[in-house]
Amino acid sequence: MAMLHTVNKSPFERNSLNSCLSKSKEGSTILLIEDAVVGALKGTIVADKLTAAVANKNVCVLGSDLNTRGFTEADIIDGIKIVDYAGFVDLVAEHSNVQSWL
Amino acid sequence: MKFTLLINEGPYQHQASDTAYQFAKAALAKGHEIYRVFFYNDGVNNATRLAIPPQDDRNITENWAALAKEHELDMVVCIAAAQRRGMLDADEAGRQGKDADNIHPAFRISGLGQLVEGGIQADRLLTFGD
Repeated sequence: MAMLHTVNKSPFERNSLNSCLSKSKEGSTILLIEDAVVGALKGTIVADKLTAAVANKNVCVLGSDLNTRGFTEADIIDGIKIVDYAGFVDLVAEHSNVQSWL
Repeated sequence: MKFTLLINEGPYQHQASDTAYQFAKAALAKGHEIYRVFFYNDGVNNATRLAIPPQDDRNITENWAALAKEHELDMVVCIAAAQRRGMLDADEAGRQGKDADNIHPAFRISGLGQLVEGGIQADRLLTFGD
């Protein structure tokens, strides 16, 4: 089974999203939570990397953390899925293990 | 499915304790089991019974305590991390000759072995923190 990766820090503050994108395998899932949700936005310096990741990985963002920061579905890169906490729980259950990139 | 949660970040710092709490609530609502919540490093500060956040803000410690009461959660504070940060329960305060204690009764003090055991017994171990 594939691995779930969670990232919780902004890519403009730390390198953890970059590390996650470069180390995670094809077919794995990346869930952006907390400040990392800004990594899902269109037009940023990391947007190309996220767009590339969407092609062979399942990229998700926690909707409440996105909305809390003033963003909506319209602001994020096409192909990134929005999940709620129940969806977060399902992702954890569906994957063999979880790696938290902090 | 059984989950063990590891919280490494203090309350009101970023969002780790809040995320872990919301995750725990959602997992329990789906019928999963939270085998243990382990508070480590600055995460031990989530266990203070003396915090008084503004009334229009969430009370992280009381939220955890209420969830633990409702679902009989095992919430464990790492003893070494706690003692470094002046987090003591009544027994430890007595043993160390201190004149006060500050750990909420919903939490218990124990060692890192409880994290290892939590990781073994649970189907998934999730880390929240810095």
